[in-house]
Amino acid sequence: MAAHSQEHTSHTKLIWKVFGILSIITIVEVILGIIKPDALHLTKILGTSPLNIIFLVLTIVKAYYITWYFMHMADEKKSLRRSVVWSAVFLIIYLATLLLIEGSYINDILAPLVKWNY
Amino acid sequence: MEATVATKTNQKTWSGGTNKPLGASYGKMMMWFFILSDALTFSGFLAAYGLMRFKFIESWPIADEVFTHFPFLHGIHAPMYYVALMTFILIFSSVTMVLAVDAGHQMNKKKVTFYMLLTIIGGVIFLGSQAWEWKNFINGSYGAVQLNDGKIIQFVDATGHQITLESFAKSSNSERTQHTKNKGLWFVDEPALAAFSLKEVIDGFNANSDITIRTELINPDTKKKTIIPRENAMSYLNEAKMVVNGANLKVNEYGKTLFADFFFFITGFHGFHVFTGVLINIIIFFNVIIGTYERRGHYEMVEKVGLYWHFVDLVWVFVFTFFYLV
Repeated sequence: MAAHSQEHTSHTKLIWKVFGILSIITIVEVILGIIKPDALHLTKILGTSPLNIIFLVLTIVKAYYITWYFMHMADEKKSLRRSVVWSAVFLIIYLATLLLIEGSYINDILAPLVKWNY
Repeated sequence: MEATVATKTNQKTWSGGTNKPLGASYGKMMMWFFILSDALTFSGFLAAYGLMRFKFIESWPIADEVFTHFPFLHGIHAPMYYVALMTFILIFSSVTMVLAVDAGHQMNKKKVTFYMLLTIIGGVIFLGSQAWEWKNFINGSYGAVQLNDGKIIQFVDATGHQITLESFAKSSNSERTQHTKNKGLWFVDEPALAAFSLKEVIDGFNANSDITIRTELINPDTKKKTIIPRENAMSYLNEAKMVVNGANLKVNEYGKTLFADFFFFITGFHGFHVFTGVLINIIIFFNVIIGTYERRGHYEMVEKVGLYWHFVDLVWVFVFTFFYLV
């Protein structure tokens, strides 16, 4: 216990700051989601709209703040942090990449066969 | 002969002895690895959702048109607001949870109790909100018609806005009544009939010359559903099979049934996590009150349930993005 005595100071300020950041990001997401500016929504970049890329990046930023400051990952040893975060990041990217590539391939083959005129 | 005991335990199974691999206590480390595995489970679900969405990318339901309700604002088109509110409730209960953990570090029993209570209340409010969201989705908002090949046809007015079946179809209650057990074969039952029969909807469509239909197909230039001119509409409606109200696992008035399936499964699985999180929080809350952790000398248990609770919040951030935003 004594070795950790410096940790016992209150982090309340940091917590409210992180809450502020998360709130701002959420508000930005919601505003963009409601307005959907044509310049971001109807154009295409990296296979999707810039708006989707923005949403994804903001989501990951939010995930970072929750994990690092709410779950106190920042205070854990580097070995624990890496074994949890890297495993998740690698496996999720791997899974998502394969499934999304497969999904758009199925769409390429399937979509022309679907009838929309009656 | 007694069995060989390799290491001498300190009698406390759940604190796992004195070794601390990765610099964390046994319980905390295992909570982290449980969270890792649970995160992979959720990514499996969300990636499957992504696969199906990419497969039907040209006709997937548009979330803005599906989730448009807000309490006390009847009939007002309010996309996103409600789910944003839910997100805030969950983020805020995460904040109170981390404040409880923080108070635990200072051995402040009163504060831990207070913040744990707030966290539990936040979790319960979130669960209630999700139930309301489900209720709206299950009941539906406009009603639609399903064709023989499973596609959904929705009705729009002259300005291209979706309209309800009630606004143009007249219910005559002439065709038949719902079959219940006391009216015939006692072993045969059927679900409630749609408010309108197919014939009533089509008659109503013919009687109102200013309305037309739209298909699920998304126009890639405008990212809106394709509206069919009225003169072509009948050739679609001739293929109609049934009237659809709301969404369930078999049919979905908003479009692809798969969307409803994934929505129910993923938000349901997440809601189940919130539910168990609330239960665990309640247990720990009472342990705090009776002074279990005060006697133990540390509030690490609060920290561990806190990890779980934040994880639930973390998952919601992704569910929010993939179901409502992207």
